[in-house]
Amino acid sequence: MSKREAQRERPRVAVFKFASCDGCQLSILNLEDDLLALGQALDIAHFPEASSDMKPGPYDIALVEGSITTAEDAHRILAVRQQAKVLITIGACATAGGIQALRNWADVEAFKQAVYPSPEYIQSLSTSTPISEHIHVDFELWGCPIDKNQLLRVITDLVVGVQPRLPGDSVCLECKRRGHVCVLVAKGIPCLGPVTRTGCGAICPGMGRDCYGCFGPSEGERKGPGLPPNTVSLATRFHRELQLIPVEVVRRFRGINGSVSPFRTESEAWEKKT
Amino acid sequence: MTSEMHGALARADLQRLLDALSAKGYQIVGPTVREGSVVWETISSVSELPIGWRDQQEPGRYRLEQTGAQEIFGVVHGPQSLKPFVFAPREPLLQITRSKEGFTTSPTLPQPEKVAVIGARACDLAGLAIQDRIFLNETYRDPYYATRRDGLFVVAVNCTRSLQTCFCASMETGPRAKCGYDLALTEVDDRLLVEAGSEAGRDILSGFSLPPASEDLAGEATRRIESCAENQVRRLDRSRLPHALYEAHEHPRWDEVAGRCLACTNCTMVCPTCFCHTVEETPDLSHQHTAHARLWGSCFTQEHGYINGKNIRPTIKDRYRMWLTHKLASWIDQFSTSGCVGCGRCITWCPVGIDLTEELSALLTPGVQPPIDLQHKIGT
Repeated sequence: MSKREAQRERPRVAVFKFASCDGCQLSILNLEDDLLALGQALDIAHFPEASSDMKPGPYDIALVEGSITTAEDAHRILAVRQQAKVLITIGACATAGGIQALRNWADVEAFKQAVYPSPEYIQSLSTSTPISEHIHVDFELWGCPIDKNQLLRVITDLVVGVQPRLPGDSVCLECKRRGHVCVLVAKGIPCLGPVTRTGCGAICPGMGRDCYGCFGPSEGERKGPGLPPNTVSLATRFHRELQLIPVEVVRRFRGINGSVSPFRTESEAWEKKT
Repeated sequence: MTSEMHGALARADLQRLLDALSAKGYQIVGPTVREGSVVWETISSVSELPIGWRDQQEPGRYRLEQTGAQEIFGVVHGPQSLKPFVFAPREPLLQITRSKEGFTTSPTLPQPEKVAVIGARACDLAGLAIQDRIFLNETYRDPYYATRRDGLFVVAVNCTRSLQTCFCASMETGPRAKCGYDLALTEVDDRLLVEAGSEAGRDILSGFSLPPASEDLAGEATRRIESCAENQVRRLDRSRLPHALYEAHEHPRWDEVAGRCLACTNCTMVCPTCFCHTVEETPDLSHQHTAHARLWGSCFTQEHGYINGKNIRPTIKDRYRMWLTHKLASWIDQFSTSGCVGCGRCITWCPVGIDLTEELSALLTPGVQPPIDLQHKIGT
């Protein structure tokens, strides 16, 4: 096979940004040792964070970072979908609405008035929504930010032609494999690990602090089969034994993935008790 | 018993034992205080052991306290049994490389290492014996486990203090280490009663000219171990197992416990005998090569019950029932022993404090018929 033919066969990849901090895109650049191999395996056609050489679609794989928070973005994501064979969301914002989805429980108009000298220039939706509420998403990567190895794994699978599959187990499984001491049991800290999806490498409990659920609810996926994690039992434990008052339980579940059920339903249930 | 088998060591001289093990080429591992508990770490000095610390354990709660005493083995145990030393949490199994004919595989056996573990308890040894039965089975001997097992030297510590969560006495696995140790220590104030349990243990002791333990010391050690057993507040009633648990298959208690269980896998991870695992491929981008590894798995995961397009244990109830029934009942049919050694770790390290002794006792009590809507749920 000539070099040219080989190049033609490389999947064309594009990276798009919506409402986000760019941290997940940086995770791609942070692949470091694997970046050269990735560059050889893929034709990175559109990646503004990395290069000003942006080629037009169509693309074999589109990686989408960020949530939908403006009418313009709600329109733009439709065009991205049309250009992409496979569309993968990367990170909590794109997959779940992100931390900015806290606005879904608040008065965005009041925020505008309080923050901006000329609020009339701000055109923003009253909600932050995940990409999957707007278009069909083929695969979702969780995390704030994503785990670079999970990204590499999914891309490798797609290049080989295998259906990507990532574990939906709880963070606890990874904590125990790594020999971390449980912060909930040994320190009484309200850790979300038991109901949170693995994939991060149990970083926070490994540093002696609590998981705050940045990989979203474990196992039960919105579109797939699975068991929604038992947030009711964990929240009850937080309240009864770890002495969190209801508003603290609300804040526990209403974080980076707060708008995804069952985290959302759990925080809303405890909000009624405040 | 000869003096070679049975000796007295001043507590202050424990370092000599560590040094003797080091001189024989053993890497020494002992409990060390970390993040509010103890974990196994490589040590070189007795000072790294949890001197003066004691653990308090109850369902879903673990706390350490410093007593200021010189006691070396006051902490009964942390979350880890001996399991990680032999059944590694992540074991690389094979390297698989594409070839013209198809593919080639090369096993990646662990490097043989001599590891001496200081401070294993009777329940840990009972767990190790059960895992040996599974992994070193004559028909299916696991070479990865066997390699790690061969290099293991166990210095057991007989328990003279029971936790609230301990129930080894009712499982007849402790608190005295019965077998499977190379050396066993019993800490009696400032003295350690030392007993050899294997040729390797006798070999280490032969280098010491230990004075034989006095009858007083041996008697006091026995008295404290017996008192430790008598003080256990938890027990597990095995008299009607396994059959009574099979008969409780539709007991309403399963629904009740499923309401509390998080299916988080912690009980199975800390259990000294749980051996379930999953396998993971790590292919490279060239499509020419993949690494095949074995990872600790759990019957509480979605993947565990997934068979050919269907999950046969979709609910928490299914999974908890599977775990408890296997652990306490079908394990007996399968391996001629209970899968539970009474260490109580699953009780302590359950984030919501589910107590299997309490669950078993409820399940063996005739249940009240569940309300109609619940019955409907069970049926579907």
